[in-house]
Amino acid sequence: MDLSFGSEYEVFREEVRDFIHQHKDKQPNPAEMRSEKTLAWQKLLIDHGYHSRTIPKKYGGYGAEPDIIKSRIIAEEFSAEQINTGLSGQGISMLTPVLLEMGNEEQKQQFIKPTIHGELLWCQGYSEPGAGSDLASLTTKAELDGDEWVINGQKIWTSTAHIADWIFCLVRTEPDAPKHQGISFLLFRMDTPGIEIRPLIDMTGKRNFNEVFFTDVRVPKDQIVGKRGQGWLVANAILGHERGSLAPPDVADARLNGVVDLMRTETIGGEKLMDNPVYRDRLMQLQGRAMALRLNDMRLLSARINKNQDVKLAAMIVKLMGTELRHEIEGLAIDVMGEIGLSYEDNPYVRDKGSWQFQYMFYLGLIIGGGTSQIQKNIISERGLDMPKEPKVAKSS
Amino acid sequence: MEFGLSQEQILLQDSVNKFLGDQVPLAKVRQIATGEDNDSAVWKGLAELGIPSLLIPEAQGGVDLGTVDAVIVAECLGYHVTPSAFISSAVMAPVALMAAGKDDTLAAIADGNHRVGIAFGEAIGARRDAGILVDGTTLSGKCLFVLDANADAYLIATPEKSLYRVRADAKGLERNILTTIDKTRPNCELILDKVEGELISDDPEVYLQTLDAGRIILAADTLGAAQSMLDQAVAYAKQREQFNRVIASFQAVKHMCAEMAANLEPCRSMVWFAGHAFDELPDKKRLIACHTKAHLSEVGKFIAKTATEVHGGMGFTDLVGLHYWFKRIGANRQLLGTPELVRDEAARIQGFAA
Ligand SMILES: Cc1cc2nc3c(=O)[nH]c(=O)nc-3n(C[C@H](O)[C@H](O)[C@H](O)COP(=O)(O)OP(=O)(O)OC[C@H]3O[C@@H](n4cnc5c(N)ncnc54)[C@H](O)[C@@H]3O)c2cc1C
Ligand SMILES: Cc1cc2nc3c(=O)[nH]c(=O)nc-3n(C[C@H](O)[C@H](O)[C@H](O)COP(=O)(O)OP(=O)(O)OC[C@H]3O[C@@H](n4cnc5c(N)ncnc54)[C@H](O)[C@@H]3O)c2cc1C
Repeated sequence: MDLSFGSEYEVFREEVRDFIHQHKDKQPNPAEMRSEKTLAWQKLLIDHGYHSRTIPKKYGGYGAEPDIIKSRIIAEEFSAEQINTGLSGQGISMLTPVLLEMGNEEQKQQFIKPTIHGELLWCQGYSEPGAGSDLASLTTKAELDGDEWVINGQKIWTSTAHIADWIFCLVRTEPDAPKHQGISFLLFRMDTPGIEIRPLIDMTGKRNFNEVFFTDVRVPKDQIVGKRGQGWLVANAILGHERGSLAPPDVADARLNGVVDLMRTETIGGEKLMDNPVYRDRLMQLQGRAMALRLNDMRLLSARINKNQDVKLAAMIVKLMGTELRHEIEGLAIDVMGEIGLSYEDNPYVRDKGSWQFQYMFYLGLIIGGGTSQIQKNIISERGLDMPKEPKVAKSS
Repeated sequence: MEFGLSQEQILLQDSVNKFLGDQVPLAKVRQIATGEDNDSAVWKGLAELGIPSLLIPEAQGGVDLGTVDAVIVAECLGYHVTPSAFISSAVMAPVALMAAGKDDTLAAIADGNHRVGIAFGEAIGARRDAGILVDGTTLSGKCLFVLDANADAYLIATPEKSLYRVRADAKGLERNILTTIDKTRPNCELILDKVEGELISDDPEVYLQTLDAGRIILAADTLGAAQSMLDQAVAYAKQREQFNRVIASFQAVKHMCAEMAANLEPCRSMVWFAGHAFDELPDKKRLIACHTKAHLSEVGKFIAKTATEVHGGMGFTDLVGLHYWFKRIGANRQLLGTPELVRDEAARIQGFAA
């Protein structure tokens, strides 16, 4: 165990702080994914190595060697001041790592740079009405016709499909193979003829996810990642990334800092919320949980560099624990606000633009999305603890 | 001893459930929540059933029933996420006015023609944006998160726990709807500039009594809403298939449902008992009201989350409308004192703290 921060790192920390103080006025509104301000901020972050830090330069990243301590310092300084850490859509957090691992050189050249710079927005076409937790039973099919795949079927819960430029999509290409071996991973433009998008309203009141229908959608044959029938392997590589990225510990820290601000400024009956020992204890419990998860994350990062450690379980728990933690942090903020915690949307008394109420609901969505908590627990017990699966039953008729 | 509902109470429950099931289905709730319609027809229908007159004496045109009956109705309203002025106009206002001996408007309330809203936020725990000043008989300042944005008059509690009545159309009174997460029961703010008010009572007991009643009704509303979410989760789990089987056959799903049921079932006894205690056990009622409000808030929060999880992605969408119940339970938790605050009161009532 060597966790020392040498003087070199203190210099680095100063650099990050200088950057923040010099540029923090340029932060965009996190809700805007396409504005010039957002793209400019994203480029600024990448140019300084505060985003896409270890992605090779030739693919548009900063090209640094992995260094946990530096990543840690960046994260700490950004979350301490609740600074916008740049874009994190599905293209950035899920597709990019997979292309780096499994894409061919042309795909890397074509997609990674515009994706991390926020110029290409992606959506993830996995779930279907009949294939949620049982994703491998998906039925959207793609058949080869000359040089093109012809796609027919339906996806659901496709976040950001209505604004995405491209989709990474799981389709069945080998109908006769066992279900996990008949799936392929395709990439295609969302403006391809034959795609129809119907927005769905979610509990937060927003229209962020969609039903997507495919009717004879024709896609060039080479827009496949991995080989035919290997889509499940590719998807699982991504699901690993998705699960890690749904509830990043640094954002949890930033949100906790937000609760601290609330509890220091808000009063009830003249008493500062922070002076209420019960609320303060709830805050400290969550801070402790967040700290443990952040350190777990550091150990995972470290294991990525020194591959001699077994961190299988440490990785498996991240999505389960991280999303539950975030849901509770947001919920604490609502609780401490009392009746003001009810405020939403255009209510003039709403604090922090309603983000606490929005995120409380959104994180319940993320407890479900990307593999539900129950599925996570199945994975932890069956793959992490080597427990047998529940007995399979024949198709119930 | 009989710890259960009487024949009459079961009839009351059936008739309210039937009315709400037939006349105020989710489609109607949606119209009201999205502003396409308002709750006046629902209130009129409830008035025809005698609901606003439940607690009011016969002399004023009421049916003179007890708090257990009110609790039963609240449970039905929560079950159907019904938009209505029940908690304010049918319970808290009559309780306050009867305790203060102010009978003048009870008959109009009983008819459903006069709605009285409740503005207690300042007395429960003033927040930094609000504040009420009384000068003689005029009131100035601001009340937030007032129950019932469509009332004809309001009962305002001051930090000293006095109750004043103001008319909604009084000179100097401005009323703005406040958007909240729960769109089934719109809240508002009252901005008062030297508004003529009528002192209803300066006895803190009247205020406390009214608050207790409100808390019990919120708890009962949560009981009904949580029961509905559990029922919906069980029904959905029996019909949704994944991995070639209904998801209800996964132990993880069964245990989620069993845990909801195990938490909720004692709540029903607690809520009924709170209603009974309010009328019959003056020494205990405040403590029981506090615990019932706080406990139902916690159980409700757990069920709101868990029932949504059982529905998977479907629970997160507007398609099945489950979020109306989720938010109703959330609002009940925040209104009239959050759990920590109410439990602190419970400790003080028992002399565990000064
Ligand atoms: C906010 C949000 C965003 C999303 N974004 C996307 C997206 O961009 N792209 C995309 O493809 N999908 C997306 N999804 C879909 C998401 O991946 C699915 O909702 C999720 O995998 C669950 O599937 P389901 O909704 O069909 O629920 P179901 O699989 O029907 O699950 C219902 C319940 O049954 C339980 N269950 C099912 N199987 C088992 C089992 N074997 N053991 C124990 N319990 C079980 C579940 O845990 C759950 O409680 C999103 C979902 C949400 C909520
Ligand atoms: C303090 C004490 C007093 C007792 N007194 C008596 C007594 O007076 N008379 C008497 O006859 N017995 C008595 N018992 C025995 C008791 O009834 C059993 O211990 C109990 O039924 C569990 O059985 P088991 O110990 O064989 O555990 P197991 O049945 O082997 O269970 C082990 C674990 O598996 C879980 N499990 C088992 N089956 C399932 C399932 N289908 N679904 C989910 N989880 C499952 C259990 O929940 C448990 O966590 C007593 C036990 C204790 C601890």
